[in-house]
Amino acid sequence: MRLMRSTTGLLSAAAALAMCTTVAVADTTIEFVQWWEPELPAGALRSIIDGFEAANPGIKVKLVSGPFSTTHDQIVAGAASGTLSDVVGLDGAWVNELAKQEAIAPMDDLMDATKFDRSQMADIIKVDGKSYMFPLVSFVYPVFVNLDMAKAAGVDKPPSTRTEFADAAKKMTHPDKNQYGWVLPLSLQVPNGAQNDVMSWVWASGQSMLKDGKPNVDNPAVVDVLTYIKSLNDAGVISPGINAKKEQDKLEEFVNGRVGMMIHSLALLNVMRQRNPNMNIDISALPAVDGYTGKRGLPYASWGIGISNNSSHKEEAWKLVSYLTSPEVNGKLATIAHGFPGNVSAKPDLSKADPLFVKAFGIFQDGKLANEFIGLPVAEQLQRDMDVELQKMLDGQQTPEQAAAATQKQWLAEFAKN
Amino acid sequence: MAAGSRPAAIRQNLSRPPRRTGFRQDKSRMSLAHEHPAMGPRKARPAGRVSYQTKMRLVPFAYVAPAMALFALLMLYPMVAVLRYSLQDRAITKKNAAFVGLDNYQTIFSDPVFWQAVGNTLYFTVVSVVFHLLIGLGFALMLNSDRVNPTLRSVLRVLYILPWLFTAVIIAIIWRLLLDPEGVINGVLMSLHIVDFKVEWFSSPNTALHALTFVNIWAGYPLYMVSLLAGLQGISRDLYEAAGIDGANAWQKFRYVTIPQLTPIMLSIAMLDFIWTMQVFALVWMTTGGGPIYATEVLSTYTYKQAFSQYQFSLASASAVCILILSLGVTYFYIKHQKAR
Repeated sequence: MRLMRSTTGLLSAAAALAMCTTVAVADTTIEFVQWWEPELPAGALRSIIDGFEAANPGIKVKLVSGPFSTTHDQIVAGAASGTLSDVVGLDGAWVNELAKQEAIAPMDDLMDATKFDRSQMADIIKVDGKSYMFPLVSFVYPVFVNLDMAKAAGVDKPPSTRTEFADAAKKMTHPDKNQYGWVLPLSLQVPNGAQNDVMSWVWASGQSMLKDGKPNVDNPAVVDVLTYIKSLNDAGVISPGINAKKEQDKLEEFVNGRVGMMIHSLALLNVMRQRNPNMNIDISALPAVDGYTGKRGLPYASWGIGISNNSSHKEEAWKLVSYLTSPEVNGKLATIAHGFPGNVSAKPDLSKADPLFVKAFGIFQDGKLANEFIGLPVAEQLQRDMDVELQKMLDGQQTPEQAAAATQKQWLAEFAKN
Repeated sequence: MAAGSRPAAIRQNLSRPPRRTGFRQDKSRMSLAHEHPAMGPRKARPAGRVSYQTKMRLVPFAYVAPAMALFALLMLYPMVAVLRYSLQDRAITKKNAAFVGLDNYQTIFSDPVFWQAVGNTLYFTVVSVVFHLLIGLGFALMLNSDRVNPTLRSVLRVLYILPWLFTAVIIAIIWRLLLDPEGVINGVLMSLHIVDFKVEWFSSPNTALHALTFVNIWAGYPLYMVSLLAGLQGISRDLYEAAGIDGANAWQKFRYVTIPQLTPIMLSIAMLDFIWTMQVFALVWMTTGGGPIYATEVLSTYTYKQAFSQYQFSLASASAVCILILSLGVTYFYIKHQKAR
């Protein structure tokens, strides 16, 4: 009897243990922090994740979603407190510092262990030779033109060179009607105007602000762009209030017909259509210096992905990363997000796409993605430093040469610190 | 009922001193039990067990323990942590950050932007507090005056308190739109021929700090208005009547009755407002981000940029400690003032 009881007890314990083990396997939950879910149609990201869970029984994914503006702070704080999610949505500008903070983990070992084909990715963001981020979806920043304003001003095609752009901007400017040719946001709150609206002119002509990975901001190509922007400001073709304008102000002014041209993310094409359905819009690659015939540099931003260094489920996290980078899923995500895929084999579905999106895909294929801030240390601070110097220049406190030299000095100091 | 007509038991109870209850009473019973031989030999307390007396002595601490634990967790620990970070080299971003003494303080004190932020913070705070007080007092007097129609007074009361109902984000959005170069304010000023060009309120280094301070004044005066209105309604009419009998005119009544009666409230709110305004972040961040150039850089935005833009958490902590010290200075006067009352 006693033996029987003991056996029963042992069996019960074994059953309980087996149950616990099963539950533990079934309940491996990984967190994925990102800002993408709110920017996609409701339920779109969740349905992709559901596909992952169906393909990987035993792994559940909890989406931790928030706006872009707070995700960065959340990641920094999470890394400091050891509570960072397993999979992390990344912007290229954050990678260097997060890698140095050891907040995100290099993925090279995981790639080697699973024989991941690196060549299928359009780009891999590295710090000190180690791979930290895959750009999953890229959003190019073309020039948007309000065709109605352009037509009324006698501009018959989107500008292709700097001269054409300045000419079109002047023609579209009517301060008495609150209409201006271009909009330039240099607010210090989100200082990406330096990247998207200023340095993009340099990259468009195949030029650079770096030399051997180090700052080279005072080179003639950058000074030319600063001089050009100052000339546009002096001509009064830029919508006033530059120093307090943010990225979202560009969109507001454009869809309300207050500016004729802007540089903005293609990702917001749908929003523009919704905000002003009657507006006729065209896009073009960023204007280059007159006579330039090389490939146009296209400024871009990415939805990048990486893995937390603190994660105790790195293998599961890697499974999610490789699932999202797979051609089929990546193409689907890019289509929903109105971006271009990070996997070179992925094909976005253009059959039902907006004609402008199809045109942008052509520009994307003809040009080359260019954003030299990605991977730089304290990239956001570098942009803010440049914004301050640009503000001084536009306020008449210094020349373009002085602005470039002052930025160079500050950038060198930041590089030395980091 | 007279004492003499009460039942004897009640009279007896009334004549006794009140019975001591609770802890002290139990203590006296215990000591009796220990001392009385008829109650048997005193039992030795097992080693390691806390005595009843000690337990009783700990009771008050147990009552305040939850509050103390919360205070330690939510206030004390973060403060000590920030203080510790400010003495380390690259805290948070560097594992095993080294102790560097006051180096971080030296670094921020040698940064001209920090001193500009200190100056801007003081201007923003002092001007805000002064105008909060003046406007709040003015509106409170208006709402307390019998000369204003009661219905109009009720409507004004609702209107005047509106700014207080908005969050900083909403206030920032509203005023960014109003003060846009193409916005309503410029439109009105130009149509009245007060200005003849589109003023870039938040975008020009010459006007940004003043515009920001104006917005903060607009957002903050209702606190004063409500508090001072309550204070005004609490002033006895007798004082005004007595002053009237002494021949005081309206100004003299205001100067020698109203102001002295409101002074304690005004001082208390002004000191609290000083502390709060010195730490304003959201409004500055959402409107100007500390720019243009460094025209509206205040200590809170300076600290934020050090932390989340430059990842210099040690420098940010040093800057935060400076804000803490400035706030503590005002807090000291506030507590002293409260004690004096």
